[in-house]
Amino acid sequence: MRWTRVRRRLASVGAVAVTLLTVGSLVPVATAQEDSPRVLRVALVQEIDHLNPFTASFASSAMIGRFAWEFLTLPSAEDATPTGGVAESWEASEDKLTWTFTIREGMTWSDGEPVTAEDAAFTFNKIMSDPKAAEANGSYVENFEEVTAPDERTLVIKTKQPQASMTALDVPIVPEHVWSQIEDMHDPVTDSVEVVGVGDGPFLIAEYRPNELVRMTANEDYWRGAPAYDELHFIKFENADAAVNALRNGEVDFVNRLTRAQFDSLKNEPGVETNQASGRRYRELLMNPGARNADGDEIGDGHPALRDVRVRRAIAMAIDPKVLVDKVLGGYGELPGGLVPPIYEDFHYQPSEDERYTFDPEAANALLDEAGYERGPDGIRVDSEGRRLEFRLTGRASEDYAQRASDYIVSWLKDVGIAVTKNLVSDNEVDETTSSGHYDLAFSGWGTNPDPDYILAKQTCAALPAASGSSSSNAFFCDETYDELYAKQAAELDPKKRATLVKQAQARYYEMVPSFVLGYDNVLEAYRSDRFTGFVQQPEGEGQIMEQTGYWGFYGAEPVEAAGGESSGLSTGAWLALGAGALVLVAVGGTVVVRRRSSIDDRE
Amino acid sequence: MTLTSSAAAPGPGHKGTDRRGGVAGVGPTVRFVAAKLGGALASFALVVVLGFLLFRMIPGDPVATMTRDRPTSPEQLAALRERLGLDKPMAEQFLDYVLGLLRGDLGTSYMYNRPVAQMIGERFWPTVLLVGTATALAVALGLWLGVRAAWRRGSAFDRVNTGVALTLWSVPQFWLGLLLLIATQGLFPSRGMRSPVIPDDPVAQVLDVAHHLVLPCVTLLAVIYAQYMLVMRSSLLEEMGADYLTTARAKGLRDDLVRRRHAVPNALLPTVTLVFLQFGMVVSGTVTVETVFSWPGLGLLTYEALRGPDLPLLQGVFVVLAGSVLVMNLLAELLYRVLDPRVRES
Repeated sequence: MRWTRVRRRLASVGAVAVTLLTVGSLVPVATAQEDSPRVLRVALVQEIDHLNPFTASFASSAMIGRFAWEFLTLPSAEDATPTGGVAESWEASEDKLTWTFTIREGMTWSDGEPVTAEDAAFTFNKIMSDPKAAEANGSYVENFEEVTAPDERTLVIKTKQPQASMTALDVPIVPEHVWSQIEDMHDPVTDSVEVVGVGDGPFLIAEYRPNELVRMTANEDYWRGAPAYDELHFIKFENADAAVNALRNGEVDFVNRLTRAQFDSLKNEPGVETNQASGRRYRELLMNPGARNADGDEIGDGHPALRDVRVRRAIAMAIDPKVLVDKVLGGYGELPGGLVPPIYEDFHYQPSEDERYTFDPEAANALLDEAGYERGPDGIRVDSEGRRLEFRLTGRASEDYAQRASDYIVSWLKDVGIAVTKNLVSDNEVDETTSSGHYDLAFSGWGTNPDPDYILAKQTCAALPAASGSSSSNAFFCDETYDELYAKQAAELDPKKRATLVKQAQARYYEMVPSFVLGYDNVLEAYRSDRFTGFVQQPEGEGQIMEQTGYWGFYGAEPVEAAGGESSGLSTGAWLALGAGALVLVAVGGTVVVRRRSSIDDRE
Repeated sequence: MTLTSSAAAPGPGHKGTDRRGGVAGVGPTVRFVAAKLGGALASFALVVVLGFLLFRMIPGDPVATMTRDRPTSPEQLAALRERLGLDKPMAEQFLDYVLGLLRGDLGTSYMYNRPVAQMIGERFWPTVLLVGTATALAVALGLWLGVRAAWRRGSAFDRVNTGVALTLWSVPQFWLGLLLLIATQGLFPSRGMRSPVIPDDPVAQVLDVAHHLVLPCVTLLAVIYAQYMLVMRSSLLEEMGADYLTTARAKGLRDDLVRRRHAVPNALLPTVTLVFLQFGMVVSGTVTVETVFSWPGLGLLTYEALRGPDLPLLQGVFVVLAGSVLVMNLLAELLYRVLDPRVRES
């Protein structure tokens, strides 16, 4: 009858499916045996927007650009001081306005063309002249007057103002003969391998499957020498736990951006090495100091009491960063100071004992009393107009840190008579409210570069948002004294003098507390030490391996020769799967046969 | 089981046409189909409007997100808004969007700068493969277990199976997925639909995809088979009291035969409808499974688009997913009419 037929068909579909799935489980074994090229497989938990180095703005995309195209100069692996790239030497003119770079001889693009000063001049001129090409790296050329290549080995950059960060331009230099053909920087062809595949870095882009894989091959002609292995794969993982699991199973060799729990769970894993590194990011608590736009008009709806620097200082004194680092970061972090993290020790600012906001609720109370905020009947302070000191604390609901740190902050501030309501919302909402000034207190944080110019520039009046909205200022800070110090350091070419000015600028920021730095997260990474070794940290001995400003981490890695024993032949697991699959097959097949026979018997 | 009952009831227009007896040449079936089709089209129009409005209400300014962490001049911002069409009045944006839809143009993704239709096209088949396989297996498993559980109602087999099915049904998919990942210890790939290095041999390619399919498919299967089982079980229980079964038994037929030839075919109706209704729902419900296993399908694309928010991409995915639910509903209603003679006119 009909149903019997249907069921038989279903059974056979099931059997075919089971067979496919079972046999499928043998495939990795087969591919592993063919897998003769030595491949370093990196799990990527972040997205890639573009490979086009002019428009690639996500961190992962920028990282891939750093592997594919050499820079003019780049921060060294040892201590992040400038070292040679496309340029082998450089010097500034007497008036500090003209920089002359000597281009390295004998470098070639992967298609055989020589790398010349014209390529570098083209790259910078393109960014300066085409707004679409300025998307990712426009900020580096803002102060450029003119870029020329008088001959193949000389690049001359004239700047409007003296610029100290000229030896830290994080801009991939691209081949002119390829990119001059591109008319529209937003054309999808700029993400294709035929365009981005021509490079001169240690690895070349060989295949791109959006949101799946970027396959890079070792550049045999790389001027520093070819990498010690054949391919570098960036494999997209949407779920970080799945990535950690893949590292355990040996599906990938490197994972970064681990959570504490993930990191701890990998610590004792055989064949896995963990790296707890000093980080490049700071965490902060924004305190809306009265947000304004570039025209000076007030924007947003921050609580007016926060415009009083005494209130902001009192808040800083009511918070104990040590508790946050110990309890919320589980000790995987460093105690706060200025905006530049301690990993860049030359520029890191540590307040002295008498400048530091030490955890002292009594002093905070006294300061708030002095500022004229008296406690109301319920213990919450009230300003002169009768408005309660009741602040919203905005944070990402998706973030463990915001969830846990907010509990501490609510209770600390309650002790000094400030009511705080938690406002944990989606990432997009946090971005929108903080960049438009619709917050009182908010969790934020930024990554910094070896050169402090970028992070300091974000705090100047010039970074305030234009009337239309978007902002590169993160704390709506605008202070004349700070701006002067910023301008001085930016123009100071003597490293020692500049470092002093950089610290002074941070000290001013610390004093005015438009935001209070809460700590610096450690970077938590792990890799298969049974397959690869020799990963280079930046800076040496304490820094991170992935997401460096440079390519040292993966460029220096070497395959462990003994590796691969695990992947050849059938693993116990594969045999088990095979056995289980065969069993299911027999069972299903047997049932089908028995059923068929019984239905024959039953035929009326 | 509200879904089933609403689908089982003949449409309101249906009886009306019957009573009128139908105009010469236009059978009631054609009228029925036309009415259902019209309803689906109206729903689709609503989806289009909703898709537009909904995503403009979620927080997050796409331009601000795109320019985040980058110093941007007002001129650049304005240019970006213009390129994305965000500077136009809402009504004009809506008109552009609808006109584009009519041409099959879903716009260009903000983040990836690629045509949305192309991106959805790439992601469509992986989802169909995943959902199709999981549904086929879930139906087979659910029906088989459901029939047996009902036939032996109250037995240990019934209780254990119902319990397990209900438990799996209420388990969060991502948690189950992660659990499976950890439990299988690397027997199956943790992510994606293909190996990073795709084998040259076509047979090996198929096997490679099958190998990657195992875990996401099992996760999805474990969660969705329960409803097929439960519906099959309850509808068979309903049939079991029917007189015709007593008659069949009285004829001296073996119990096994009574079940397979008499009871099950009649009890199958609600389940078949459910399969179609659920297929649409499962497609849109793959977001979690695809995210856990980085399966390059529509669910994952939705997740990526939401993070932007990438408005054209979100709208496109929304329209396609909602459209697939509507198509499946329509098919279920039509199919029910074919399968169940009682629903057709007397």
